[in-house]
Amino acid sequence: MLTVATGNKAVAAAVKAAKPAVVAAYPITPQTEIVEQIAEYVTAGEMDARYIPVESEHSAMTACIGASITGVRSFTATSSHGLLYMHEMLHWAAGARLPIVMANVNRALGPGWNVWAEHTDAFSQRDTGWIQLFVSTVQEAYDTTLMAFRIAENTGILLPVMVNLDGFVLSHIMQSLETVEIGDYIPPMVLPHRIDTGNPAGYGTLTGPGDHFKFRWEIEKAMRNSPAVIADAEEEFAMRFGRKYGPVDEYLCDDADVLIVSMGTLGKEAEVAVDNLRKEGIKAGSLRIRWFRPFPELDISDRDLVVLDRGYSFGFGGVLTDSIKSRYRDSSLFSVVAGLGGQEVTYDDIAEFVRNRRMGEEYWFGVDA
Amino acid sequence: MFEIRIHSRGGQGGVTAARLLAMAAFLDKKHATAAPFYGAERRGAPVTSFVRIDSEPIKIYSQIRSPNLIVVLDASIMDTVDVLQGIQKAGTVLINSPHPVDLPGVKVLTIDLTGIALAVDLVVSGSPILNTPVLGALARMGVISRESAEAAIRDMFSDERNVKAAEAAYKELVL
Amino acid sequence: MAEIPKEEYLEKCTTACAGCTSSLTLRYVLKAAGPDTVLVVPACCTSILQGIYPNTSFSVPVYNIAFAAAAACASGMSEAFASMGKKTNVIVYAGDGGTIDIGIQALSGALERGTDFLYICYDNEAYGNTGMQRSGATPMGARTTTTPGGKTDAKKDLDRIVAAHNIPYQATATPAYPKDLYEKVKTALATPGPSFIHILAPCPPGWRIASDMSVTVGKLAVKTGSWVLWERKYGELRISSPSKSAMKKRAPLREYLSVQGRFKGISDSAVNELEQAIEKNIAQLAKEEAGEC
Ligand SMILES: Cc1ncc(C[n+]2csc(CCOP(=O)(O)OP(=O)(O)O)c2C)c(N)n1
Ligand code: SF4
Ligand SMILES: [Mg+2]
Repeated sequence: MLTVATGNKAVAAAVKAAKPAVVAAYPITPQTEIVEQIAEYVTAGEMDARYIPVESEHSAMTACIGASITGVRSFTATSSHGLLYMHEMLHWAAGARLPIVMANVNRALGPGWNVWAEHTDAFSQRDTGWIQLFVSTVQEAYDTTLMAFRIAENTGILLPVMVNLDGFVLSHIMQSLETVEIGDYIPPMVLPHRIDTGNPAGYGTLTGPGDHFKFRWEIEKAMRNSPAVIADAEEEFAMRFGRKYGPVDEYLCDDADVLIVSMGTLGKEAEVAVDNLRKEGIKAGSLRIRWFRPFPELDISDRDLVVLDRGYSFGFGGVLTDSIKSRYRDSSLFSVVAGLGGQEVTYDDIAEFVRNRRMGEEYWFGVDA
Repeated sequence: MFEIRIHSRGGQGGVTAARLLAMAAFLDKKHATAAPFYGAERRGAPVTSFVRIDSEPIKIYSQIRSPNLIVVLDASIMDTVDVLQGIQKAGTVLINSPHPVDLPGVKVLTIDLTGIALAVDLVVSGSPILNTPVLGALARMGVISRESAEAAIRDMFSDERNVKAAEAAYKELVL
Repeated sequence: MAEIPKEEYLEKCTTACAGCTSSLTLRYVLKAAGPDTVLVVPACCTSILQGIYPNTSFSVPVYNIAFAAAAACASGMSEAFASMGKKTNVIVYAGDGGTIDIGIQALSGALERGTDFLYICYDNEAYGNTGMQRSGATPMGARTTTTPGGKTDAKKDLDRIVAAHNIPYQATATPAYPKDLYEKVKTALATPGPSFIHILAPCPPGWRIASDMSVTVGKLAVKTGSWVLWERKYGELRISSPSKSAMKKRAPLREYLSVQGRFKGISDSAVNELEQAIEKNIAQLAKEEAGEC
């Protein structure tokens, strides 16, 4: 069905279609619409889920953990400080190998209070063992949320998945949305280690130095399996519903001399910059990273890279820049820190970054002279 | 690309008007996006919404800088906000007002949307609803088709007074 | 009884909604506290109504802190002032969500440790900052954006949770009775150790009332016994005079509910439960005041 929806509404519609048994969530700007919409679906009887109005995000994630370990599908959504308040339990969810799906509406962190888009919230969870996907349109938010359940619950993975969408810019924009009949796209959830009183086991018991690392390695093994599983979920999605996705979204990259590498909505804005730069004879392309963890293989050899970073690791550098550099040490790269806390970045600004790129250097948009 | 900026006050329906407009454009087989800009303000504060309509998919997320059309749902906003900011040379301003308004250098259309809403008793908790009548005016201006305006309204509201008010605005607007 | 001073520490340029009684409360609180005061504010409507950087609408320092963290922050601040020999008032000004839900752990810890501070919870019975979702303080039957059919759980009894910490001073108030509120803030600040004041703060958009009705609705809350004004000093409870007179002949609860859009369509059974809760609360308070508990 075709309709007009916000990014938040698209996520809620996908969750409704995925039929989780338990949703536990806590409101926070700019995610609230997801929670409110789901509460409304449940109250109206359109969604047969238990909705738990918890008292904090720590409890939201923990309630999802409690639900998931019994073998049922669970979902939550948050943003910014909410995501940070969950941090302990994010490690827990991944460590306990629970296929929880969460939408995170990317927002800056205080102080001072700022409710606008930034990726630092998600970047701060980089090492929790969550699969992290970043989307750039309302349709992609819907489609990726559906895929997230299939990916998370794959028995070769069993890791939680976070779908990231830019606060306000995407969470509140209205674009066209085509919803689908998902059929058996998401198979029933089977959790091999679910709580079963017929087969009692201890969960998370004291694990000594001789064993702990083995469980960590299992997480990494699942992460290493995940590219194939995510790709399969994307292919199957394209086959059934006609929309194609991949680890990156490439725009005019094949013959490009310079690639704009970015995440989220900046990646779409960058495509407009590419069109304009090409009119001037600058062969630019846009490479939007969709999978942040696992980090995808990139075909970036012999090209200048202009990396747009919406999050920063103080004392080191841009977080996306860091991921690219540590994989491709010799790649020459211009790191641009732009869009923090909702800072407006237009396609003209992005084109300027490309025109004035200084390879090997870093540039803070709006601060550097 | 046709770019529209809507000025209203929180709670007046500017955001819904943007949504209806996008929906109608979409029914016209065009591409559209509608985006509210939320500041940190509370209810009653000025709110700006942005609508883009194009025959091609729209990739731009940054705010509209030079709109073709500016819609002012509450004329009192003009006392504190420069509603004409960035308007294109051949741009138009549509103002909800019972009286003609004179603004230098731009084409101004006025229509009494409040009066139209009151006439068909389109009032919710004491405030006249402006978001559906304004769609009629925009249809008259050719921004969207009359049929799509009506269909978009029906898609969102079951109360027939909304369609009636839009029809009245369509007929009343003098171009 | 002392007059409420004319000095203002909250400017008129706040970005609060028209008829906001939470910002009205704050005006009285600051008048009672005076300039040697620091406010600690977790995420809530008060974080927004200060205005946007580089402005602020307050003329005392305001320390904004994370949502769950206000009481812990005040603990550190209060000890630090004490270590410097300063008598600066440390006042937490927090919403019901930041107190009763996400912040209750930090609050309990600070009360138990005997932190010398005043904790004020202004209770608009929902999450106002984020657009009126339910909180643990939302009364049964009230509609919020996450309880579109009306809340099915009862309001959490914050005051008895706090009372269980046996702190030196505890009170309830509402800005519909400003003198009562002012006096209580004065007493709280004059009492060493932790003090706690729970303030009912009618909220026009959240309660779906006209903005000029918020004080009237606050009065109705007291007259119907939905909100009882009292104070407890070192374990001695006294019901405050507006509630004393209200209890002689309580106004019917429906008068309070029917003026608020959030209770539209409330079921008879929910009204009954609310009524029973009121009666139980009043009976318990009266018993305690009479020394019968
Ligand atoms: C950890 C965390 N979760 C959620 C939020 C979002 N948030 C900010 S204020 C607020 C509600 C505050 O409600 P209350 O304490 O009752 O104060 P009010 O807004 O009603 O004044 C919420 C949910 C946040 N800032 N931090
Ligand atoms: S939502 Fe309610 S509490 Fe918040 S500023 Fe508005 S009136 Fe005050
Ligand atoms: Mg509140």
